[in-house]
Amino acid sequence: MQRRVFVKSGALALVTLGLSPSFLRRTAFGAELVGTQKGKTLICLFQRGAADALNLVVPHGEQAYYAMRPSIAIPRPSARGTGSAIDLDGFFGLHPALAPLKPLYDQKLLAPIHAVGSPSATRSHFDAQDYMETATPDRKGTPDGWVNRLLAVEGTCDECKAPSAFRGVAMSSQTPRAMQGPAETVAMNSIEQFTIRAAGAQTERLEALYRTGSADLVHGAGREMFEAVEMLRAANPQRYQPRNGAEYPRTEFGRRLLQIAQLIKADVGMEVAFADIGGWDTHVNQGGSTGQLANRLDDFARSIAALVTDLGDKMDDVVILTMSEFGRMARENGNRGTDHGHAGAMFAIGSAVRGGKVHGKWPGLEREQLFEGRDLALTTDFRAVFAEVASGHLGASKLGEIFPGYGERKSEWVGLL
Amino acid sequence: MSPKNVLHLLALGCTSLFASAGVDAQQAPAAAHREQAADQQVLHALNRLAFGPRPGDVQRVRAMGLDQWIDQQLHPERIPDSKVQQVLARYPTFGRQENALLQQYADAQRDRRQIRADSGASMSRQDSIVLRQRGEQLRGVVTDLQSAKVARAVASERQLQEVMTDFWFNHFNVFIRKGGPQPFYMRSYEQGIRERSFGKFRDLLGFVAKSPAMLFYLDNARSMADSGQPTAASIAMQTRMNAPGRRRARQNPAPRPQQQQAQRRRQGLNENYGRELLELHTLGVDGGYTQQDVIEVARALTGWTIRQPQEGGGFIFRPVMHDAAPKTVLGRRLAGGRGIEDGEQVLDIVARHPSTAPYIATKLARRFVSDTPSTALVDRAAATFTRTDGDIREVVRTIIDSPEFFSASAYRSKVKSPFEVVVSAARALGAEPDPTPRTAGAIALLGQPLYAHQAPNGYPETGGAWINTGSILNRINFGLAAAAGRLPGVSVATSPFDAQLATAQREQQVDAVVSALLGGSVSPDTRAILLSGDHPMIASGAVERAAQQSQMAEPEESMEPMQPRRAAARNMVLGRPGEIPRLQGLAQIIGLALGSPEFQRR
Repeated sequence: MQRRVFVKSGALALVTLGLSPSFLRRTAFGAELVGTQKGKTLICLFQRGAADALNLVVPHGEQAYYAMRPSIAIPRPSARGTGSAIDLDGFFGLHPALAPLKPLYDQKLLAPIHAVGSPSATRSHFDAQDYMETATPDRKGTPDGWVNRLLAVEGTCDECKAPSAFRGVAMSSQTPRAMQGPAETVAMNSIEQFTIRAAGAQTERLEALYRTGSADLVHGAGREMFEAVEMLRAANPQRYQPRNGAEYPRTEFGRRLLQIAQLIKADVGMEVAFADIGGWDTHVNQGGSTGQLANRLDDFARSIAALVTDLGDKMDDVVILTMSEFGRMARENGNRGTDHGHAGAMFAIGSAVRGGKVHGKWPGLEREQLFEGRDLALTTDFRAVFAEVASGHLGASKLGEIFPGYGERKSEWVGLL
Repeated sequence: MSPKNVLHLLALGCTSLFASAGVDAQQAPAAAHREQAADQQVLHALNRLAFGPRPGDVQRVRAMGLDQWIDQQLHPERIPDSKVQQVLARYPTFGRQENALLQQYADAQRDRRQIRADSGASMSRQDSIVLRQRGEQLRGVVTDLQSAKVARAVASERQLQEVMTDFWFNHFNVFIRKGGPQPFYMRSYEQGIRERSFGKFRDLLGFVAKSPAMLFYLDNARSMADSGQPTAASIAMQTRMNAPGRRRARQNPAPRPQQQQAQRRRQGLNENYGRELLELHTLGVDGGYTQQDVIEVARALTGWTIRQPQEGGGFIFRPVMHDAAPKTVLGRRLAGGRGIEDGEQVLDIVARHPSTAPYIATKLARRFVSDTPSTALVDRAAATFTRTDGDIREVVRTIIDSPEFFSASAYRSKVKSPFEVVVSAARALGAEPDPTPRTAGAIALLGQPLYAHQAPNGYPETGGAWINTGSILNRINFGLAAAAGRLPGVSVATSPFDAQLATAQREQQVDAVVSALLGGSVSPDTRAILLSGDHPMIASGAVERAAQQSQMAEPEESMEPMQPRRAAARNMVLGRPGEIPRLQGLAQIIGLALGSPEFQRR
């Protein structure tokens, strides 16, 4: 039995004993685990606020795109270049601020997926993020996130004798919905801050406070924390500095991706990492080739490019997947911005990814092709992408449990891996 | 205490240090259905209706009578609170009218544009200094607001009003870093909410709908009739032109400046506020509205905008922006040709919509009683909401008077938010309000930067969202830092404790800390751990760690001689040695108590 399940089962009498055999075994193996993990890692990057997919992966071959976006459209690719879309395949192009990702596309490491998203028609950020993170569109009662379910029902590292405390790591102060649930996950602002600032005896007493008492939410999180702190101290990820000339932007997002790279290099047994980047809700003065959205994309693209450079050969074991709760209206609004829309775009990056190709079926932008006459229509359910990555990259087999009400549906996969 | 209660307490493993006797048994007519012991009730009320007890609060409330105290807190205007005004006067930007600050901001923006235009790429040193100084002055607005919020929560006698202000601000959340003039709309926004926090919901809703803070944050200030739609202004002009005997109608053919300005920009509807008004402010996301309702609400609210800073920056209705075509909102038809009354009627409709009462009742019950309030409680609170036409004071009173509020299962069942952790610690330690931004900074480090939740749904109310491995770690580290005297305004060595306590026996020190910080009662295990280093949990943990340590650690520099077991434990020092506060005696117990699981709850 996994210890967390044991704690959460509410077996009060047993837990108050504190030192169950599984706890002892667990921490002992925690030390051995370092350096032996051969697992794969999925890095989920959530663009909160609904990124404008049509200006990220620009359908420059669509006349309707330019007709609907007179002040914010990205110009067609041109030889003279700056400020125009960076052509990918003669029909789609990248926003010019995504230039750092173009080499990854050329090396066939990166694949955009277009017209992908949630079948739910909601245009509420909070509902749509909830649906994407639980992977149950239009079902709000789902108690756990899809990442957590994946960790709970699958062990991706057969040779590991005990699961790592760092199987799921969110680089954020709060656990994202996708990682909430019965499996043990860690949320941290930074590696550096993940330590108790007390002398040993005081730390021991604090730990004892959490190891006694009832098996509630606070005690459970406290116990996990003390173990995780100790394991991270032993692994010391911060000794790894960026390699291969990788230069992370000095931004919150850049800093978080740098630390994800450090955790991967330290082999702490991380199977899924999660980080957010906000600022995509561009209702007003979104900008075109430059401006508000371009500035967000600059941070986004340079951070991801640095991560890929830094990880180098380790990208053989890593897939990066970007996501956003929905896209934005095809037509610009009255404030040179875009209101909430429907389908969006994702990026998948990794050696295992079939890159150098825009995946997904393009629905077109003519009025009758738009969802509800206003938004990019959906042709790929985001769960098809999640399921393909969970299965193909992480080796998950229980897709029916990870994606309740959806399951495997291989016929919907886009052939990403 | 009934046998059932005794059993429940035993099940929780609690021992009460308070004797149940000595409390006025007849203080509460409603006490018959209160499951909690009398002393628990006082603590519970101070933890739920206030930001935790200060030294002496329990005794004061007990002397006054709990019900009298609750009644007083429900009527903040009856509570003198002059000290808070003195505290607020310490924040420099609070000494100036928000309008003046807004004006200064607008001037700075204009100067910046002017300087940029004049100097092109090469700005003079003098000019860049001027711009930077202005920027710093304006940043002070944000830190003063954050510090003042903490100071009020720590020091105000009108505690329930501050709790309600926090609740409603979060319900009608705005984001101070939206950009532009947003910081200069915040102080009056929060004050307006504070003044209406016990009033009628419709008044509060109307205040928010007309507040520059919300109009700017959710973009309604920019929302206008889509091109092609008749506007209130065009209809008015048409009416005047066509009206027989209205000779003056032709005298005003030239568009006014604001019309010209509106026409320069492209016209268009922005749904952002309309959507959140329904989804987050009134009906709730499952409250039974459609995308078309969102659009119709947004149309009804076109023209609700903000004056330019030079004109004072307040609310204004601009007919030229208002979509005057007929609308249908939630099945109710709004006639065409109207103006501001469209928006007012929409607010009437949504404030009294059948989904709004249970939605608001649920949120209040979740705040005051439990993360998962019972249907019965929500139903009663919603019924009060409906019966009283949204009288917030009466809804809160219904919740406090409910059997659920003082139930045994409610006691210490809520997890404190970071704001509540820090404020309750400051209060328990008898802190003076912090004139520096450091206390607010600590709250931000714990994951709740004040006024800075980006999304309109506000900070989460339920414990699961606040508790994870990282947050527990940060809370423990905060407690250690506070115990080391790093929380401004707190002198841990003495306050709130008797000076002699510093040299008293450990047992007395533990009793005093448990009383001040942990509500007077902790589990026997917790008490044993606070009392001594000899609890079996500590010993076994140290042995285990020592074994682990010998397998893998680099040798550490030698330390002062100590007992072998202690030495092994000390070798487990985490973090950089320079940052580790050395806690001795009383401060050590305080550090443990602030970091304990019990202190994370209220």
